[in-house]
Amino acid sequence: MDDCPLGARLKPSAGIRADPQLRFDNLTLGYNRHPAVHHLHGEIAAGSLLAIVGPNGAGKSTLLKAIAGELRPLAGRIERHGLQRWQIAYLTQQATLDTGFPIIVHDFVAMGLWREIGAFSGLDRRLRGRIDEAIATVGLSGLERRPIGSLSGGQLQRALFARVALQDAPLVLLDEPYGAIDAASVRDLAALVRRWHGEGRTVISVLHDLDHVLREYPETLLLAREVVARGATASVLGEANLARARELAEGRGDDARTAICHGDGGSA
Amino acid sequence: MNEGWSTLPLLAPFIEFGFMRRALAGCLALSIGATPVGVFLMLRRMSLAGDAMSHAILPGAAIGYLIAGLSLPAMTCGGLIAGLAVAVLTGGVARNTVIREDASLATFYLLALSAGVLIISLRGSSVDLLHVLFGSVLALDDAALFLLAGFASLTVIALACGLRLFALEVCDPAFLARVSRLAPVAHYGFLILLVLNLVAGFHALGTLMALGIMILPAAAARLWVDRLGALLLIAVGTAFAGSLLGLLLSYYLNLPAGPAIVLTLGAAYLLSMTIGRLGPVAARWRSTWHFER
Repeated sequence: MDDCPLGARLKPSAGIRADPQLRFDNLTLGYNRHPAVHHLHGEIAAGSLLAIVGPNGAGKSTLLKAIAGELRPLAGRIERHGLQRWQIAYLTQQATLDTGFPIIVHDFVAMGLWREIGAFSGLDRRLRGRIDEAIATVGLSGLERRPIGSLSGGQLQRALFARVALQDAPLVLLDEPYGAIDAASVRDLAALVRRWHGEGRTVISVLHDLDHVLREYPETLLLAREVVARGATASVLGEANLARARELAEGRGDDARTAICHGDGGSA
Repeated sequence: MNEGWSTLPLLAPFIEFGFMRRALAGCLALSIGATPVGVFLMLRRMSLAGDAMSHAILPGAAIGYLIAGLSLPAMTCGGLIAGLAVAVLTGGVARNTVIREDASLATFYLLALSAGVLIISLRGSSVDLLHVLFGSVLALDDAALFLLAGFASLTVIALACGLRLFALEVCDPAFLARVSRLAPVAHYGFLILLVLNLVAGFHALGTLMALGIMILPAAAARLWVDRLGALLLIAVGTAFAGSLLGLLLSYYLNLPAGPAIVLTLGAAYLLSMTIGRLGPVAARWRSTWHFER
């Protein structure tokens, strides 16, 4: 069985650009010894704007979690090329945020500056300016004094994006960031993602809306527990690849089969 | 002048009787130390966990009692050791296994309460048992007062220094863990503060009601404001006013002091429920008002 026919060989299309930000080496991820992502090889170049797509249960969120350093690989490894954990801004699908907590939008967004202000320092004029700018960029100006519990879903997602912006991280991970928000919010936040890309940050997003991916993301990784395709978005999202991804996702109905691992592509 | 003061019904008991002054001082210390911890406990949705923890200190205090009788240092040390052990154990269990924090706390707490009652019954009378379960706010001696004041001071300093840390640990713990190595400090630091204040409350209000002066004022204040700073101040004010009123009620109506204080705080909570700005009644009233406009 050929486990990862494409992942090992394909370089990202923008790979001409400088150093890799991340390198996967026979990476296998899972929970309780049940693998969710098999034998991933390859590199992600610094400054990439990469979409990860695939059916439900394909291991997309698992992969992001591992990149963020919050899940230990079952096998293989991830090289982060000197990135510390706090240099990765990670927006999870279900925010662990307690929206009942009495904190206003301004203070909540300001926590993105944690690496600069820590637990004790105050905010000087320059930092206040950056906070106001981040809030303005996501279109929440005027709502600074509102408690976060009173925000709508879209507004809350905007506030989370503003916090990510303030983290000033070289690597940004977004897990289904547009889950339950309207078109206007998606448009504004996508513009912010483009801006991060323009600033040279590496952005990796898990997404379901293929039209959005085609419009916004130069590179795509199609995942269905293993790499189905990787490269320029238009070629990856071809009908043949999508059909294969669906097949792989449906074919793994009984867990007994996938629990058996056939080893690395090289040893098969 | 002095005689004029002592005829005022609100002040007379405290001027006339030393034990009333001591009780008031003890309540002031608890209001300043334990109540802010109660606010965080409530915001962490750990109110019931706090209840379990307050029971968990009982067997420790009981072992202290078994060794040294009703001795303040022995029971304090025992209570602190038991409380910290349970805090660390349950925290570890909740982090590492499929048993959630609430379930693991409930198991510890049931075991702790039965063990505590059993140990005290081995040696003591039912009077001592009552004392341990319901406290003795009217019999606080100098040593106990110093202990309460010391724990309160420590708590205020810790909360003032770590306010941002504690707040973010409640608001978005996963985010804090990503950006800061201090996340475990916030987690376990808070549990230590909780245990300290539960032990302090244990001396005044007993193991079954120590949590009353922490949670009730916090819950009442939450029905009025949605800013953390205001929440802390209003909760402390409510706690002190409530314990003052409770002590007066207990004096004039000849009621047991601990329950009188907790019930007065409970009344403040119920009142806030009905007229509080953020309470369910006010919310309903406001929305009809909005429609009529």
